Amino acid sequence: MTEMLDFVPLWTGILGLGVFFYVMLDGFDLGVGILYAFAPDRPSRILVMNSIAPVWDGNETWLILGGVGLLAAFPLAFAIIIPAVYFPILLMLMALIFRGVAFEFHYRHARHMTFWDYGFCGGSALATFAQGMVLGAFIQGFEVDGRHFTGSSFDFLSPFSIFTGLALICGYALLGAGWLILKTEGDLQAWARSMGRRFFIAVLIAVAIVSIWTPIMDADIARRWFSWPNIAYLSPVPVITAVLAFLEWRALTNPRSEAMPFVLAIALFTMSYIGIAISLWPMIVPHKYTLWEAASSPSTQAFLLVGTLFLLPIILVYVAWSYWVFRGKVRADVGYH
Amino acid sequence: MDLDPLLLSRLQFVWVIAWHILLPAFTVGLASYIAFLEGLYFFTGKPVYQRISFFWIRIFAISFGMGVVSGIVMPFQFGTNWSRFTDAAADVISPLLAYEGLTAFFLEATFLGVLLFGRKRVPPGMHFFAAIMVAAGTLFSSFWILATNSWMQTPTGHVVVDGRFLPQSWTAIIFSPSFPYRLVHTVSGFYVTTAFVVAGVAAFLLLRRRTVDDARTMLSMAMWFLTIMVPVQIVAGDLHGLNTLEYQPAKLAAIEARWDTASRVPLTLFAIPDERAETNRYTIDVPVLGSLILTHEVNGTIRGLKEWPREDRPPVAIPFFAFRAMVGLGLLMLALVIWSWWLRWSGWIYESPTFLRACEIMAPSGFLAVLAGWTTTEVGRQPWTVYGLMRTADSVTPSLTGTDVLLSFLGYMAVYLVIFPTGLAFMGRIVRAGPAQPDVQEETIESGRSSRPVTALPGSEEL
Repeated sequence: MTEMLDFVPLWTGILGLGVFFYVMLDGFDLGVGILYAFAPDRPSRILVMNSIAPVWDGNETWLILGGVGLLAAFPLAFAIIIPAVYFPILLMLMALIFRGVAFEFHYRHARHMTFWDYGFCGGSALATFAQGMVLGAFIQGFEVDGRHFTGSSFDFLSPFSIFTGLALICGYALLGAGWLILKTEGDLQAWARSMGRRFFIAVLIAVAIVSIWTPIMDADIARRWFSWPNIAYLSPVPVITAVLAFLEWRALTNPRSEAMPFVLAIALFTMSYIGIAISLWPMIVPHKYTLWEAASSPSTQAFLLVGTLFLLPIILVYVAWSYWVFRGKVRADVGYH
Repeated sequence: MDLDPLLLSRLQFVWVIAWHILLPAFTVGLASYIAFLEGLYFFTGKPVYQRISFFWIRIFAISFGMGVVSGIVMPFQFGTNWSRFTDAAADVISPLLAYEGLTAFFLEATFLGVLLFGRKRVPPGMHFFAAIMVAAGTLFSSFWILATNSWMQTPTGHVVVDGRFLPQSWTAIIFSPSFPYRLVHTVSGFYVTTAFVVAGVAAFLLLRRRTVDDARTMLSMAMWFLTIMVPVQIVAGDLHGLNTLEYQPAKLAAIEARWDTASRVPLTLFAIPDERAETNRYTIDVPVLGSLILTHEVNGTIRGLKEWPREDRPPVAIPFFAFRAMVGLGLLMLALVIWSWWLRWSGWIYESPTFLRACEIMAPSGFLAVLAGWTTTEVGRQPWTVYGLMRTADSVTPSLTGTDVLLSFLGYMAVYLVIFPTGLAFMGRIVRAGPAQPDVQEETIESGRSSRPVTALPGSEEL
C-alpha cells in the first residue's frame, strides 16, 4: 500500500518547515551572538547573552533535525551536498562548538573572560558565514557524476558564496536585533534598534544584489522568474517583500514598536526563503536531481512519517511552552549560577 | 600526496567520537541522578537533596553543553567523510537517527532550559518534571543511537538492492540481534561511570572536610547504587559476550587472540598477538577457563581467526588489549564495591582515608572502561562498516583528498584540545567549592566540626 503513496511532497514540506524553524530560531540567537560584539558595556553584554541562554540549545537542535531530516528523506542529496561543502560544514561545526561552550565558560572564568567573549561573537559570526556559504554553493550547484560529488572540496569557494555568507551575517544580525528589541528595554533597546536599522539597510542591499546576481548567473533561474506567464504569477513575491521592507523600517524607527521589528524580520526571511524555493523547485541537487529522484525508499519515508506527524506537534507545543516560561523582558538575575 | 583520506577519515572519526562519548557516558547517568535527587527533594523536602542536586546541575550544564556541540558534529561526519556509506545505508539507519532527534534532543534541550533557569519561574512539581524529561531524553537518545550502531554490527531486516540497503522489517532493523545486549551493557556502563564520579567527588570533599554532610549523602548513595550496578554490569557484559560469539565470531576471536579453532581453549591473560605470523608471543594462559567464560561450557568451541581470509579479519592487538583493560577496570570496580560493604558494616566508610583515596583514584575509571569497551566493539567490527556486507574502505567519501581530511582533522584536534581541558577545569572548580551551603553556621554545627565558609572558597565568588 505504501508503495502507491507519494510521500515526497509531504517530506518536502516537513523538511522545508524544519529548515525554516532552524533559520528563524538559531538565526536570531546567532544574530544576538553577532551583535554581542557591539554591545556597549559589560552589564548589557550579560543581558544580551541571558536573553538567549535558556533557548539556544533547543534552537540549535533544529539544525540536527534539518541535517538528519535531509539524510532520511533525501539521502542522495545529503551524500552529494555535504561532501561538496566539506569545509564550510567544518567551519560551521567548529564555530558552533566555540559559541556553544561560551555560554557556560563565559560566566565563570574571570581571567579568560575576553577570550570566551570573542569566542561567543566570533563563533556566531563564523557559523553564520559558513551557513551563508553553504547556501551560496548550493544555489550555484555541484559537479556530480552518478551518485557522488566529483568536484574538489574547494569548489564551494566563489565570490557568490562569499557574498551570500556576508549577506546571511547581516540577515541574522537583523533577526537578533529584532529579538533584543523584544526582550530588552531602555538604553539597551534603543541600542538594539539602532543596530537593527544598520543591518536592515545592509540586508536590503544584499537581497537586491542576490536577486540580480542569481538570474544573471543561472539561466534556468532567470527563465523561472522572467518568462511569461511566470512573471505575472511571481510578481507578488518582490512586491510583498518591498511592502514588508517598508513596514520593517517603520517598526525599527518607531520607539513604541516592540514586537514588530522581530516579526517583520521573520516575514522578510520567509519571503527570501520562498524566493529561493521558487528558483530551485523541484531540484534538491541543483541541475542534477529532483526531490523525487533523491528520495529515500517509500518504506523509509513512511516509517519516519508516522512518528514525525505524531511527535512534531508535541515538540512544537513544549518548545512554545518553554518560550512562554521565559517570556517578558530579560533580567540580569535569571541565571542558575 | 600520499596522505590516505581513508585512514585520516577513520582517525578523525575516532577523535571526534572518543571525545564525544565521554559526555553521554557521564550525562546519561547524571541526568537520572539529578532527576532522582529532585524527586527526593520534592517528596521529602530535605534541603540536602536540593543542595546536592543544585551542585550537580551546574556540572551537568557544562558537560551537557559540551555534549551537544560535540554531538552535532557526529551526524555531519556521515555526510562529510562517509558519503558512500550514507548513500548505501541511509534508507535503513537515517530514520533511527531522525527519531533520536525527534524523541530525545528536543526533549533534553527544551527541558534543560527549564531545569537550569526555571527554578523560580515554574512550580516545584514542574521543575521536577523537567528533570525527569531531561533524563528520559538522554535514555531515548541512547536507545536510538545504539539501535543504529547495533544494526551496523549485526544487520538484519533489510535487503540489498544494487549495493544499497533497503528496509524490509523495521522491528528487525531496530531490534537487531546485538541491540538488547548492547543497550543494557552501554547504559548500565554509563550509570556506573556517573556513580564512580559522584563517589570520587564525595571522597574528595570528605578528605578535605568540605560540606561533609552533603558529601556523605553522595558517597552513600553512590556506593549503594554501585553495589547493585557493578554486578549487573558484569553479568550484562558476559551476556553481550555470548551474543558476540554467536553473531560476530571473528570479533570474538580477535578479542581473545585465538588463531586456531579449538575446544577447551585457555583464557589468555596476557600475550603479544603477532598478526603476520598468526600466533601469540609471551603468552600467559589459564587452561580451559577461556571456553568456560566465553561459552559457559568446559568443552565449548571457539572459532579461530584462521577460519577467515586475512582481508576479512579485524585487527587483533587493539581489541585484545582494549577488552582486557575494560575487564580489568571492571574487576577493580567490583573490588572497591566489596571493600565498601565491609567499611559500611564496620562504620568506617566516611572516615577511612585509604578507601576515600581509592574512590578518588577510581573516579575516572568508568570513562576509561567505556572507551576501552567502545574500542573493543568498534575495532572488532572492522574491516566492515556494515558487518559482513560493506567495507570501511568502500564507505569513504570519494571526492576527498588526503590534504582535505588532514586539514579538517587538525581543525577538530585544535578545537577539542581547547574545549575539553577548559570544560574539565571549570568542572574541577565547581567540585573544589563543593555544594553551596545556604547557612554556614548551621552546617558547621550539624557536621560537628569547623568547616570554612563556602563563600570564601576559590572560584565561588563569580559563580
